Amino acid sequence: MPEFATDGGPTAARESGSPGSVEPPGSGGAGAAVRSEDPPGSRDATGPASPSSGQPVKFYQVGSFAVGNRLLDPSYRTVQSDALRTNALDSGHRACQGCGEALGARYALDAAMRATGGSMVAVNATGCLEVFSTPYPESSWRIPWLHSLFGNTPAVATGVAAALRVKGRPEVRVVGQAGDGGTVDIGFGCLSGMFERNDDVLFICYDNEAYMNTGVQRSAATPPAARTATTEAVGDEPGNPFGQGKNLPVLAMAHDIPYVATATVADLHDLERKVERAMEIRGARYLHLFVPCPLGWGAAPRDTIRLARLAKETGLFPVFEAEHGVVTAVSQIRRQVPVEEYLRPQGRYRHLFDPADPDGPPARPETVRRIQEIADRNIARYGLVGPAGSDAPGEAGPSDPSGRPYETGEAR
Amino acid sequence: MLRQIEGSRAVAETVALCRPEVVCAYPISPQTHIIEAVGVLVRTGALAPCEFVNVESEFAAMSVSIGASAAGARAYTATASQGLLFMIEAVYNAAGLGLPVVMTLANRAVGAPINIWNDHSDAMAVRDSGWIQLFAETNQEAADLHIQAFRLAESLSLPVMVAMDGFILTHAIERVDLATQEQVDAFLPPYEPRQVLDPADPVSIGAMVGPEAFEEVRYLAHLRQVDALTAIPAVASEFAEHFGRSSGGLLRPYRCEGADTVVVALGSVLGTIKDTVDAMRDDGLAVGVVGITSFRPFPAAAVREALAAARRVVVVEKAFSIGFGGVLSTDVAMALTGSGTPVTTVVAGLGGRPITGASLRECFEAAAAGRAEPLVFLDLNRSLIDRDLERSSARRRTGPTAENVLRDLGTVASGPT
Repeated sequence: MPEFATDGGPTAARESGSPGSVEPPGSGGAGAAVRSEDPPGSRDATGPASPSSGQPVKFYQVGSFAVGNRLLDPSYRTVQSDALRTNALDSGHRACQGCGEALGARYALDAAMRATGGSMVAVNATGCLEVFSTPYPESSWRIPWLHSLFGNTPAVATGVAAALRVKGRPEVRVVGQAGDGGTVDIGFGCLSGMFERNDDVLFICYDNEAYMNTGVQRSAATPPAARTATTEAVGDEPGNPFGQGKNLPVLAMAHDIPYVATATVADLHDLERKVERAMEIRGARYLHLFVPCPLGWGAAPRDTIRLARLAKETGLFPVFEAEHGVVTAVSQIRRQVPVEEYLRPQGRYRHLFDPADPDGPPARPETVRRIQEIADRNIARYGLVGPAGSDAPGEAGPSDPSGRPYETGEAR
Repeated sequence: MLRQIEGSRAVAETVALCRPEVVCAYPISPQTHIIEAVGVLVRTGALAPCEFVNVESEFAAMSVSIGASAAGARAYTATASQGLLFMIEAVYNAAGLGLPVVMTLANRAVGAPINIWNDHSDAMAVRDSGWIQLFAETNQEAADLHIQAFRLAESLSLPVMVAMDGFILTHAIERVDLATQEQVDAFLPPYEPRQVLDPADPVSIGAMVGPEAFEEVRYLAHLRQVDALTAIPAVASEFAEHFGRSSGGLLRPYRCEGADTVVVALGSVLGTIKDTVDAMRDDGLAVGVVGITSFRPFPAAAVREALAAARRVVVVEKAFSIGFGGVLSTDVAMALTGSGTPVTTVVAGLGGRPITGASLRECFEAAAAGRAEPLVFLDLNRSLIDRDLERSSARRRTGPTAENVLRDLGTVASGPT
């Protein structure tokens, strides 16, 4: 079991005798009572209780926007419940229940629509998003939308942007979008070219970590040990082999493009703000959005948001922003959890646990430990966990609404 | 305006007169001089407004063209050989989406073995992609066909490929009568897309089509190509009125009057064939030529009519379908269905092998005398073939074929055979 920098810890929480407690560590310390991520007016419901003071009443959602929405200043409230909201991707499409990609695409493109006053074009790679949104002759898209091929989306988007520029219509903005296969694998050559030329396109990768549209095959974004149809959970080392990974946000940063951001569907306001920020900038921009796939991951549809949050809170998926190759903001882990909590609810990691005792200790502790190491490396690399009980200056998460860091349009 | 000019440059300057708005460039011999010259014209402002995009592959070149065309811009690119094959998925896609991209194909052989010289294997590989494929016989025609290509593409909402023989045309310096901007502007109206990405009127382009309608969509694409059989000669005749010279059309018969034997071919080899036929006519042999300009759509009815009086047909082609035989000749034979006219396929000029008048004449005379085999490989070095067959039957590990054959030929001097 790795050590955690935050006060308390999962082990401590269990040992402190709080059966059934769902709250992760890091929220109980006096100094941690108010995080910079907390919306204005909200407080940790536990107050300054000590970790050993019995069974404090805590709500995981306190400080998030789901329960806390009513506590927010109206200007911070979600627009998705507004009948007059922008609507890039209409209802009635054929995404699976709990689809993270559909949710992410709707929020991302609606935010882009708001940012551009609806003056935008989307170019879409082949994949789930394309298939479930446009079975001929139906289309869920309320924006001009073009699907060409699987691997050429960045280049097609470049062509659209070039045409708009030559036609004297620079106000019409271009968004390219693809799944992880269309981004990190088959589309990577075109994407790198688009980055290198600094073409005026926001490219969004909806990363669900495998080729879901074709039936859950491995992509270069598939994490180690995950079961896919081409990395079955059989043999001595079941699931996807441990490789070096292909870290697209970092590869994007290596191109020194003006803006790179990662986000998850667990923090939709953070996603919206990043899209808004991206649309303030000209040139190549990249947004890597983590979107759980219930079908491909063997997870319950209701767990889509939870898994996205756990991916961030374990450190497995670092949420950050970078401008011109330099990290400018990191969403810190609020309550660090061991990767085991993220792995356990997912069927694609079932082989790591004992089928006779799925809630018991891992059947493959060494594999879990190696995955934990990946999370720990991310935490160290991006500074995802600040000093206990403090909010390191300048490292407040971009999801901090009170900071509203991008209102001024200035880079932080 | 008459100029002594390289074929590539003539094409580049003519393309610029067509005012393409987005030009994608990825270099491959022998197409390079074309895109280099267009690039200079964009840089100097001679061609403006125009976005010149240096892409990272041919796949991207066609993909950028697709995006540009769908967003309402006139798009142009050029490629050859491996480049065409690398972009082939996007080539089909541009046609399927009905996007009027114009592309120059500087015809070159397809490897392996890698070979940069001319033949028509590349064009034949995308024969069924839905593009209109026009073959230029001369640099004058190559230049002129591009003006007609933009006009045809945009009026039919179909992509058009202008094929010109690599090196033989692209790198040949000869006299070309270049059009003027006024002439081209009068002939080629601004691009008015049939479908366009516009926030004011959002449409979804490229939606999925299942079994319930895919055949119909494909049939409509076929109908557009059939329409092109009317549009191509119409545009060619309008071109002749505007520019005072004849270029393009579906096909061009040459000295077919009373010809017993008619030779059919594509591209620049028609020049050599016509010289050969002239000489044979001088000697009293009744030989004629039909040059095919429009390979796709294939003008079957016009071919049948042009060959109606022929007693035998010889198809000279710089490509073949491995394991079967001729490609163009299959189409010609199909056009002649029921006529009983025998068709001889002459595969020639592969990988840039010179096609000489002497070899052609020998071949045509044999055909005229009814002595030609159905499938002839012109100037095939039979002893090289025999040596390799002997070698490979003698032992298992013979090594790379290409190297062995070159060694037999004496090109590779070292080592035992």
